[in-house]
Amino acid sequence: MHMADALLSPTVGGVMWAASATGIAYCSKKVKEHLDERAVPLMGVLGAFVFAAQMINFTIPGTGSSGHLGGGMLLAILLGPHAAFLVIASVLVVQALFFADGGLLALGCNIFNLGFFPAFIGYPLIYRKIVTGDVTRAKLVMGSTLAAVASLQLGALGVVIETLASGITELPFSTFVMFMQPIHLAIGLVEGIVTAAVVSFVWEANPDMLGGLQGKAPAGVMPRKAILAALLAVAVITGGVISWYASSHPDGLEWSIAKVSGKEELESPDGIHSQLASLQDKIAFLPDYSFRNTAEAAESLQGDASSRLGTSVSGILGGSVVLCLAFLVGFILKKFAVKNG
Amino acid sequence: MDTLAGKDSPVHRIDPRAKVITFVVFAGCVVSFRKYEVSALLPYFLFPAVILPLGRIPMGFLARKVLLVLPIAVLIGIFNPIFDRTVLFSVAGLGVSGGMVSFTSILLRFVLTVVAALMLVAVTGFNGICATLERFGVPRAFSVQLMMLYRYLFVLTAEGVRMSRARELRSVGRAGTGLRDFSALIGHLLLRTWHRAQRIHMAMLSRCFRGEFFLRRPMRLGSADIVFTLAWSSAFIVMRLVNMPQAVGRFLLEVFP
Repeated sequence: MHMADALLSPTVGGVMWAASATGIAYCSKKVKEHLDERAVPLMGVLGAFVFAAQMINFTIPGTGSSGHLGGGMLLAILLGPHAAFLVIASVLVVQALFFADGGLLALGCNIFNLGFFPAFIGYPLIYRKIVTGDVTRAKLVMGSTLAAVASLQLGALGVVIETLASGITELPFSTFVMFMQPIHLAIGLVEGIVTAAVVSFVWEANPDMLGGLQGKAPAGVMPRKAILAALLAVAVITGGVISWYASSHPDGLEWSIAKVSGKEELESPDGIHSQLASLQDKIAFLPDYSFRNTAEAAESLQGDASSRLGTSVSGILGGSVVLCLAFLVGFILKKFAVKNG
Repeated sequence: MDTLAGKDSPVHRIDPRAKVITFVVFAGCVVSFRKYEVSALLPYFLFPAVILPLGRIPMGFLARKVLLVLPIAVLIGIFNPIFDRTVLFSVAGLGVSGGMVSFTSILLRFVLTVVAALMLVAVTGFNGICATLERFGVPRAFSVQLMMLYRYLFVLTAEGVRMSRARELRSVGRAGTGLRDFSALIGHLLLRTWHRAQRIHMAMLSRCFRGEFFLRRPMRLGSADIVFTLAWSSAFIVMRLVNMPQAVGRFLLEVFP
């Protein structure tokens, strides 16, 4: 579920960074308003709890495999959406920096996929809708399971859309979706059931905790303004993501056009000039070429093979020389460091 | 990681802000290449090749961490050779498909960005990075949250491991590893964590905590820091604009035809 840098284009990464940064700023403000700023240590330690909880496995009945707690929905239930979003975001930052679990450029995507959906969709729109009035075990189980499943499905969809919008993987949309959603349905169910089990345990042991840090906020009443704001945010951001996806098609087009015309510039720097040129190409050729015209592309590639071979040979040769030089520098520096240190 | 960050070297002494900016430029340049780019990515290995020995970071340690997460990149990239079979060029009669090239490119990017991220933490330390984030306008609540999380991460993980081991020792075979006992276990861990957090909170308040942490090295932006950032950043940008291996290769082919 954690995306890596290598699969992202800077545009998509940047957009998602902006979205997540906005989320963090907004939630920090909210947390500051509603909680004592000094209460933040409580959140920090609960974030660490997520790591601790992941150390303990359980066997999934019937399959013999084992799973562990993800924690997003649990945090939302315990802390409320704003504090939960901050805690999930901080957990992801630490995972990216220390365990290389998810890249730094991809951090925006990961925070959005794993934090936004449970905290601002699953929790307010599903969990809080089900768990109202007199709290019963059935309501708790139902609410947390459904909310966890839905959040994870949305998150998985987010991964698919962000990856495809970046245009680095070759998987077609439908294949990727068919691959991701069922797997995450299973994972989400397990996550949901575990969350439900832990929540009902806590409810029995210490019911006060479920109100959590939200403290004296009117129970069960989710202000309409907040729901509207959440929906609006989803609409805007989805729109943003989809429009990026749409705008990535021309990139693919640019490629097929370049292939067809045989002027593909593997080695050229793409500065503003070639960007502009390709823009012109796009406008001029758009109606005539389909997204991936492999047959034609292959034909033109054959004709161009000899010059291409030249490029690739010099690329391989030069590449190995540069790489050797880089490692040589490193080796010398290491010797130097050992001598001095 | 913290032991590494606590060491002292020319790289460690550079201001955290300079390092974070340099890293961002590095990652931005590396991921901004087109998906069929391989050779132009290679010069970027110069960055880790210089920083690792200067920062006294053991290679093996880093390599193990990278290997641990490599399967993710392989898993997604592995489909590229299957779906994209257009032959881009051929070497000695062997056709190399676009998928193979983009797969290689994904792996290279992955290794570069992961190594750089680990390297950044190893020479800066987590508190340094958090302080930098705060200077760059990240809300105080979030940076304090990060630091608290980091401090208690290891304490609680150790507790989780102990609980897990205790259960394993008592559950002969499979008994007690099911969902029921699991949720009770996690629930107890949660209650304990909650109480611990409250105790910590009280203790911090009684020691005048006002939502702020202090650094061991004061943040001071000197000329060395600026030179470090500018030199590396411009090098990365030049590497991004000029395909050096291609140029070197062409030059060699001309000199030794």
